[in-house]
Amino acid sequence: MDEISNLMHGFGVALTLPNIGFMFIGILLGVLIGVLPGLGGANGVAILLPLTFSMNPTSAIIMLSCIYWGALFGGAITSILFNIPGEPWSVATTFDGYPMAQRGEAAQALTAAFTSSFVGALFAVLLITFMAPLLAKFALKFGPAEFFAVQLLTFCSFVGMSKEPPAKTIASMMLGFALAAVGLDSVTGQLRMTFGFPVLLKGFDFLIAVIGLFGIGEILLTMEEGLAFKGKSARINVRVVWQTWGQLLRHWRTFLRSVSVGCWMGITPGGATPASFMSYGMARRMSKNPQSFGQGNIEGVIAPETAAHAAGTSALLPMLTLGIPGSPTAAVLLGGLLIWGLQPGPMLFVEQKDFVWGLIASMYLGNIVGLLVVLTTVPFWAAVLRIPFAVIAPVIIVICAIGAYTVHSSMFDVVLMVVFGVVGYFFKKLRYPLAPMVLALVLGDMAEASFRQAMLISQGSLAIFVSNPLVGSITGLALALLLWPLWGVLRGLAKAREAAAAAS
Amino acid sequence: MSDSSEEAGGATVSTRWPEIVVAGVLLAAALLVMFDSVRSGIGWGDDGPRSGYFPFRIGLLLAGASVAILIGQLRVRSTQVFAERAQLSMVIQVFVPIVVYVALIGWLGIYVASALLIAYFMRRHGHYGWALTAAVSVGVPLVFFAVFERWFLVPLIKGPLEAWLGL
Repeated sequence: MDEISNLMHGFGVALTLPNIGFMFIGILLGVLIGVLPGLGGANGVAILLPLTFSMNPTSAIIMLSCIYWGALFGGAITSILFNIPGEPWSVATTFDGYPMAQRGEAAQALTAAFTSSFVGALFAVLLITFMAPLLAKFALKFGPAEFFAVQLLTFCSFVGMSKEPPAKTIASMMLGFALAAVGLDSVTGQLRMTFGFPVLLKGFDFLIAVIGLFGIGEILLTMEEGLAFKGKSARINVRVVWQTWGQLLRHWRTFLRSVSVGCWMGITPGGATPASFMSYGMARRMSKNPQSFGQGNIEGVIAPETAAHAAGTSALLPMLTLGIPGSPTAAVLLGGLLIWGLQPGPMLFVEQKDFVWGLIASMYLGNIVGLLVVLTTVPFWAAVLRIPFAVIAPVIIVICAIGAYTVHSSMFDVVLMVVFGVVGYFFKKLRYPLAPMVLALVLGDMAEASFRQAMLISQGSLAIFVSNPLVGSITGLALALLLWPLWGVLRGLAKAREAAAAAS
Repeated sequence: MSDSSEEAGGATVSTRWPEIVVAGVLLAAALLVMFDSVRSGIGWGDDGPRSGYFPFRIGLLLAGASVAILIGQLRVRSTQVFAERAQLSMVIQVFVPIVVYVALIGWLGIYVASALLIAYFMRRHGHYGWALTAAVSVGVPLVFFAVFERWFLVPLIKGPLEAWLGL
């Protein structure tokens, strides 16, 4: 099969000594980032992205994606040992992971979490290996109208499937679009919303927004709990690992279910965080004793971790093939690809085979290496967190500031980062979702370009978006998702009226 | 989860005012966007939408969403808790140093400012002795200096101290 031979070629690219080195560094950095609050997956990749500009793109993306894996693994460590989710997608892991640790079963919980992550990611990478070329070939038929329809679908599904009230999702998304529009308009050459400030010429960089929102914002949020990290200890020895693995085999149904949820949420833009919650909820509903969830049921660790990793990994599939990131971190990686001059989308698989298959091969390797590294180094990470917050917090702030500065060597960006930090704090507290804003910031210019190109082709007619079955069905689906919450509201009103009528 | 803010008196802050302020700020931003877009032209040009076409509609949607949120907040007496006053005070205690830190970067350079930030945190919140504080707050920026200036060759903002040392 074509894919297998491409994959073998990719392994050849990935298994060179420098790239293996980058893989290790990436995973170690990633776990560290995942473990520390304020340095999340999206944020950490954003900070390190400018530093990779001098590396060749293949090595750079290998390292960055390994940082991503590391962060996916690392979030579980703090969730289980400290009841502090290191990442938003590890929140669900705290529900049963921490009680298990309190019972002295920390090693089992950690092994279960890491193995679940491994399985979830592995399935997702297999999906990518076989689906990506198919999807890419399919996407070659896409014109500007189809691309815009897919982007529209992405944004509408955020509004439709978000837990938060639609008004807030729309507000967050529109803010992202507005920020993306600031600066030079590439089509007409006009300046938009710069109000005479030359520093706004290049617009707002999504990297600064990500570092501010997810970095500084996270630190401000964490401060509410005070400055203490008290956690359980854990030592993982080989015997515990084997025993736990035996236990895990019994839960194969949970694995399958979680992998499906995860892959679905990764490909449709949802990401690892909603995937973990959805999977946890499903596992609890389908379990024979739901009350045991929240008390330390190992399934409560398996379900969210598998789903989160499957989602986080499969989010790269639409990113590579269609240029649509399925998660905020994938959005940052997409931004990175654009900066390196690589256009994600179907042409990537045709023109940059080395890069794409090297990346996919490194996903397999990174996953295996990550699992081994993380199983063996847990006590080290637990020790890192024992460093008092009074020392770690300022260091994280310094890292964020340096990260923001190195993007464009601009002091203004550091100030902007603080502003975004405040925005992130308030948005999170008031339940405005951040992901749509980040996505809009990254995709805003592209979506607008697709729309304008489509308009050029159709001479100004909006009918191009229903002109053929492909575009029409995508657009139709997008509008359906957009109106979904409205449908829910109407149904609720109807039921309330029925109940009132029945009562009177 | 909603906490009643009637009990515990002034110990908690309800979400009402923060919601109204944030929605108000978003509305202001939306109006700003729409205002500027009108200047760039919001209709259709010879070859497609004019420069302000998209931003204007984006501003419109943002304004609509903000107004919806504002109305929602003004109508319902919100009993949800934003934060306890103690928590807010902790947040302010971190936020103000961050603002001062960023202000100092432009003036003293990032390395010196970072040393001061770390020292401040270690003394004020960690209650460490001067020796350890000095060691860490000078050591960490030195490590960063080595990593960024020498290894990655990425120059960061320097201030009077570095100029005096001839770096």
